[in-house]
Amino acid sequence: MSDGSALDHHSPYETPLHRDETAIAGMWLFLASEALLFGGLFLICLIYSHTRAGGWAEGVRHTNLAIGAANTLILITSSAVYTMAVEAGKRGDNRRVVRAGFGAAALGLTFLALKGGEWGQEFRENLFPGPHFALHGPDAGGAQLFYSFYFLATFLHGMHMVVGIGLILWICRKARHRAFSAAWNTPVDIVGLYWSFVDLVWMLLFPLLYLIGRA
Amino acid sequence: MSGTLDPTAPQRSYLWQDGTLRSWLLTRDHKRIALLYLGSITAFFALGSVGAALVRLQLLEPGGTILSDATYNRMFTMHGVVMVWLFLVPSIPVTLGNFLVPLMLGARDLAFPRLNLLSWYLFVASGLLVVYGLFRGGLETGWTFYTPLSSEYTEGRVLPVVLGVFLNGFSSIATGVNFIVSIHQLRAPGMGWYRLPLMLWALYATSVIFVLATPVLGITLLLLAFEHLFRVGVFDPSLGGDPLLFQQLFWFYSHPAVYIMILPGMGVVSEIVSTFCHKPVFGYRFVAWSSVSIAAIGFVVWGHHMFVAGTSLYSAIVFSMFSFFVSVPSAIKVFNWLGTMHGGSIRLDAPMLYAMGFIGLFTVGGLTGLFLASLAADVHLTQTYFVVAHFHYIMVGGMVSAYFGGLHYWWPKITGRMYPETWGRLAAGLIFFGFNLTFLPQFILGFEGMPRRYATYPAQFQVLNVLSSAGAGILAVAYALPLVYFTWSLFRGARAPDNPWRATGLEWRTASPPPVENFAETPVVTTYAYDYAELDGRAGPPGTAVGGPHV
Amino acid sequence: MTWLPEASAHAMRIDLLLAGLVVISLAVLGLVFGLMLLNILRFRAGRTTAIARAIAAHKSWRFEIVWTAVTLAIFFALFLWATQLYVVGFRPPAGAIQVYVTGKQWMWKVQYPGGQREINALHVPAGRPVQLLLTSEDVIHDFSIPVLRIKHDVLPGRYQSLWFTADRTGSFRFYCTQFCGLAHSRMTGTLTILSAADYAGWLNSTPASGSLAATGEALFIRSGCSGCHASSRYAPDAADTSRAPSMVGLYGSRVVLADGRAVVADAAFLHDSIVDAPRRPGASFATEMPSFRGVLSEDELAALVAYLQTLSPTLPPSAGN
Ligand code: HEA
Ligand code: HEA
Ligand code: CUA
Ligand SMILES: [Cu+2]
Repeated sequence: MSDGSALDHHSPYETPLHRDETAIAGMWLFLASEALLFGGLFLICLIYSHTRAGGWAEGVRHTNLAIGAANTLILITSSAVYTMAVEAGKRGDNRRVVRAGFGAAALGLTFLALKGGEWGQEFRENLFPGPHFALHGPDAGGAQLFYSFYFLATFLHGMHMVVGIGLILWICRKARHRAFSAAWNTPVDIVGLYWSFVDLVWMLLFPLLYLIGRA
Repeated sequence: MSGTLDPTAPQRSYLWQDGTLRSWLLTRDHKRIALLYLGSITAFFALGSVGAALVRLQLLEPGGTILSDATYNRMFTMHGVVMVWLFLVPSIPVTLGNFLVPLMLGARDLAFPRLNLLSWYLFVASGLLVVYGLFRGGLETGWTFYTPLSSEYTEGRVLPVVLGVFLNGFSSIATGVNFIVSIHQLRAPGMGWYRLPLMLWALYATSVIFVLATPVLGITLLLLAFEHLFRVGVFDPSLGGDPLLFQQLFWFYSHPAVYIMILPGMGVVSEIVSTFCHKPVFGYRFVAWSSVSIAAIGFVVWGHHMFVAGTSLYSAIVFSMFSFFVSVPSAIKVFNWLGTMHGGSIRLDAPMLYAMGFIGLFTVGGLTGLFLASLAADVHLTQTYFVVAHFHYIMVGGMVSAYFGGLHYWWPKITGRMYPETWGRLAAGLIFFGFNLTFLPQFILGFEGMPRRYATYPAQFQVLNVLSSAGAGILAVAYALPLVYFTWSLFRGARAPDNPWRATGLEWRTASPPPVENFAETPVVTTYAYDYAELDGRAGPPGTAVGGPHV
Repeated sequence: MTWLPEASAHAMRIDLLLAGLVVISLAVLGLVFGLMLLNILRFRAGRTTAIARAIAAHKSWRFEIVWTAVTLAIFFALFLWATQLYVVGFRPPAGAIQVYVTGKQWMWKVQYPGGQREINALHVPAGRPVQLLLTSEDVIHDFSIPVLRIKHDVLPGRYQSLWFTADRTGSFRFYCTQFCGLAHSRMTGTLTILSAADYAGWLNSTPASGSLAATGEALFIRSGCSGCHASSRYAPDAADTSRAPSMVGLYGSRVVLADGRAVVADAAFLHDSIVDAPRRPGASFATEMPSFRGVLSEDELAALVAYLQTLSPTLPPSAGN
C-alpha cells in the first residue's frame, strides 16, 4: 500500500476507492485462512478434552485463572481502544490515531508481559511437557497432552500478537507523518480487522485453556 | 483505467523493459514473477526427476544392489516431497496462472503485486529449507510424514523439511488470496462471471482450496514439529497421543491438494480444446461449475486414504460414497470436452496433442481412482504399486501433460517466439508413449501385490519392473526435448504474431510479448468467452494481428 | 511370473469385483478414445465447411443430464457392490482361531493359543476361520496377504483384527505394506496354509512353553490384577465387584462406557483396557486402575487377553488348544 491517495501508473486499480476495497477483501480472505489455522488446533483440543477428559481437566486446573481472566479483559479493552483509532482515522484525525494506537499497543504489550510471567511460572513448576513433568498419577498423560496444546496455542497466539503490535506501531508512525485523511485511511481499518481477529482467537482460547473442566 | 499512458507511444515488452538483475529480483510485474517461478519450478522438477531416476534404477534388480535401503528410502521421500510441494502444487497456478490471470481479466496486474513477489521469495526460501533438510541428513518418511515414524523413530531431518513445507503453504495462500481478489475485483468492463474463460474458473476453485486447506496442513506440521522437538505426545501413542489423528489432519489437506494438482490442468485443457476446435466449449456452465463442485466435495473425501487404517466402518462407507460423488464432475468435464470436439474444426498442433493426452491419461487415472474408492477393492490394492500408478496417471500423465500443453500454447505470448512445431508434436507423442510404458505395468504389479516404498522385492516382479524402468528412460528423453527446443526458440524461433492460434481470450488481443502494462487500452468485453463468430468477423485470416500495438 | 492365485472364497469375490471394474473401465476408455478418434477423423480442420455454430448451450442440457445420470447410476452400483464385500471384514465369526501377531521394526512375531511362537511365518489350517489380532510395538505397520486379498494397518498400542477362511493349501508371501523405516521392504514372511490334519500335526511338533492362556493366568496373578478383579469362575467371590469389574463373563459381553457408547468387549477392547483403563459411568470402585502402558510387553498382553477369554463360559474358549 503506497501512501497517499495517488495511484502510480503500474498499479492495477481503477480508482483509489477500488484499491482500498480490494485491500480489505484481501485481508478478509487472509483472515479466513488464519481461522482455519486455529480451527484445526481448536478441533484437536475439543476432541482431546473429550476423549482424555480426566487429564485435560487436571491440566486446566493448573492454569492460572487470574492471569488468564485479566489478560482477557486487557485484550478486549485493547480492541476497544483500537476502534477509537479507526474512528479517528475516518475523520482524518491523525493525532487521535496515534494516541489510540499507542494505547492499544501498550495494552497488547501488557498482555504479552503477563503471558510471559505466566509461562515463567509454569516453567518453574515444571508444567512444560517432558520427562520432568510435574503432574503424576493416572491422568498425567492427559495433562501432558493438555500442556502441549496450551504451550503451542499460546505461542502461536503470542506470535500473532507480536505481529499485530508491530502493525499498530507502523500505523502510529504513519499517522505521526499525517498520512491519513478522511479520504484515505484504509491501513487503519485493515490493521483493525487483524487486531480484532487476534482478540477473537483469544476469546476462544480462554475458555478452552482455562475454563472447560475446571469445575 | 486512468489515462496516465500515452497510447501512441510505442510500448516496450515486459521482457526487455529493464534488463538488470535487480529489476528482475525486485519486479512487481506479474509476468516477470511468473518467469521467476518458471525458472525455480523447472529446477525443482529436475531435482525430483533425479530422485525418480534413481528409484527406477534401483528397481531394475530385485536385490537392490545400486542404493542402500536407507538411500532408496531417502530418494523416494525426496522425490515425493519435491514433486508435490515444489513442483506440481505450484506448477500451473504460479507460472501460467500468474502470467495469465491479469491478461485474461484485462487488468494491468494482480490485485497485490507486492504480495505476489513476496510469495515467490517465500517459495524459494521454503524450497531451500526443504533441499537443505533433504541433503544434509535426508529424510525417510515418505511424503506423508506418518507419525510416530516421523516424530519418534526417524533419524532424518524432519524439522527443516517440515518447516519448509509449512512456509511453502504461506506462499500458496498468498497466491490464492491474490487470485481470488483479482478475479473478484479486476475484471475488465463487461466481463461478467459467465464470460470468464474456463481457465479462470479453474484457478478460482484452486485458490479456494489454497486458502482453506493449506492452513490445516500448516497447523498439523507445526504440531508434528512440536512433538518431534520436545518429545511430547500429540500423535505418538506411547506418549498418550493418537497416530490416526495425524493421518486425518494430513489428508484433510492432502486430498483437496490433489485437486489443486488437477483443476488448473483442466482449465488449461478447456482453453486448448476450444481453441484448436475453433468452437465454444460445450456446456460452458457445466464445466465452470464442475470446477467449483470438485473443490467443494473434495473437502469431504479425505477418509478414503484410510480404509485399512483402523477407522470405523461407518466413516469408511461415508467416505467411499463421497469419493464416487466427487468423480461425477470430472466425468462431466471429460464428456464436455468430447462434445466440444464434435462438429469443431480440429487442428492437431502440439498443444492439442498434449490436451488429448491429458484427456486419455486422466481418464485412466480417474477410473483407477474408482477402483480405490471401492472399499473392498481398495483393501487389496492400497499401499501397492496400483496406487502409485493411479496417481502418476493423474499427476504426470494428466497434470504434467496439461502443464506442457499450456506452456506450448502460451509460449508465443510469453516469449514472442514460436517453437518448432514438428519437435513439439514429436515430444508430445514420445511423452505419451514413454509414460504408458512406465506406469501401465505398475497396475499389474499392484494387483500382484507388490507393495510400494520397497527398496527390494521378490524376483517374480522383475520383468514388469524392468519394463517400467525402460519407460522412465524414454520419459527422461521426452522431458528433456522441450527444454532444448524451448531454449533454442528463445533465440532462434520465428517471431510470434499476436494471436497465432486464432484464439478468443483477451490475452491474445495484446502484443506478443505483452507490454509492461499489458494493454495499451483497457479492453472492453462485449460477448461471452469463446465467441469465434465475433473473432472471425473482427480478424482476417490467421496470422494477422488483432488489436494492440506492436513491439 | 504367474497370475496371483486366489486362496479363499473371499479372494474370488474380490477378483470378480475387480473384473467388473476393469470391464466398465475398458468400456469407458473405449468410448473416450473412440470418440476422440472419430471426431478427429470427421472434423479435421479443412474438412468441415460451415463454421456456423451458434450458441450450443441451450441444446446441451439434455446431454448433460443423460451422462450425469448414467454415471451416477453406475457409480452407485459399484459403491454398493464394493461396500458389501468390505463389511464382512468387520464381522469375524465367533469360533475363529485367534492368532496374535505383533509387528516390530522389522519383523513379525506370531503367537498361537497353544503357546507356539514363530517369526515371519504364519501357519493356518484350510477350511477354518482364523482371526489375526494385530498390534505393533513401535510404528505403524501393515499386514498384507495378497493371496487372500486382505490387509490391515497395525497400530502401536491397540488391537486390529483381520480374519479369513483359507480354502487351498500352499505357501504364499505376506508383506508389511505400511512404510515403517529402514528395512520396510524386508519385513515379509511366509503364510503356510495346511490341511486340518497337517495343521494339528504342525501344532504338536512345534515346541510351546505352556498354552497362552496358562501364561496369561500366571501373569494375571503376578502383575497384581487378581488383587482387584474377580477372576475365578466358580469361587464364592466371582461376583465381587467392589474394587474393580469382574473378569468373569466379561469377554463377549456389552459394556457401556462413560460417554454412553455401548461396545462389545472383544479382544481389542480387553487389550486397550489393560493399557488404558476405560471410564465407566458412575463407576464406584474402591481403586483406580493404573495404566499398564509400557509395563507389560505386547507378548504378555496377548497372553492376558487369551486368558481373560477363557473366563467367559458362554463362549467356547479360543479353539486350537
Ligand atoms: C492430481 C491428483 C489426484 C486426483 C485428481 C485424484 C483423483 C481421484 N482419486 Fe486419487 N490419489 C492421488 C492423487 C489424485 N487422485 C494420490 C497422490 C494418491 C496417493 C497418496 C499416497 O498415499 O501417497 C491418491 C490415492 C487415492 C486413494 C487412496 C488409495 C489408497 O491409498 O488406498 C483413493 C481411494 O479412494 C483415490 C481415489 C480417487 C478418486 C475417486 C478420484 C477422482 O477424483 C477421479 C475422478 C475421475 C474419473 C472417474 C475419470 C473421468 C470419468 C469418466 C470418463 C466418467 C465415466 C466413468 C464411468 C461411468 C465409470 N485416490
Ligand atoms: C507430483 C508429481 C510427480 C511426478 C511428476 C512424478 C514423476 C515420476 N515418478 Fe513419482 N511419485 C510422486 C509424485 C510424482 N512423480 C509421489 C508423490 C510419490 C510417492 C512418494 C512416497 O511414497 O512418499 C511418487 C513415487 C514414485 C515411485 C514409487 C516409489 C516407491 O514407492 O518405492 C516411483 C517408482 O517408479 C515413481 C516414479 C516416477 C517416474 C518414473 C516419474 C517420471 O515421470 C519422471 C520423469 C523423469 C525421469 C525419468 C528422469 C529424468 C532424468 C534427469 C532429469 C537427469 C538424469 C539423471 C540421472 C541419470 C541420475 N514415483
Ligand atoms: Cu513394517 Cu513396513
Ligand atoms: Cu484422496
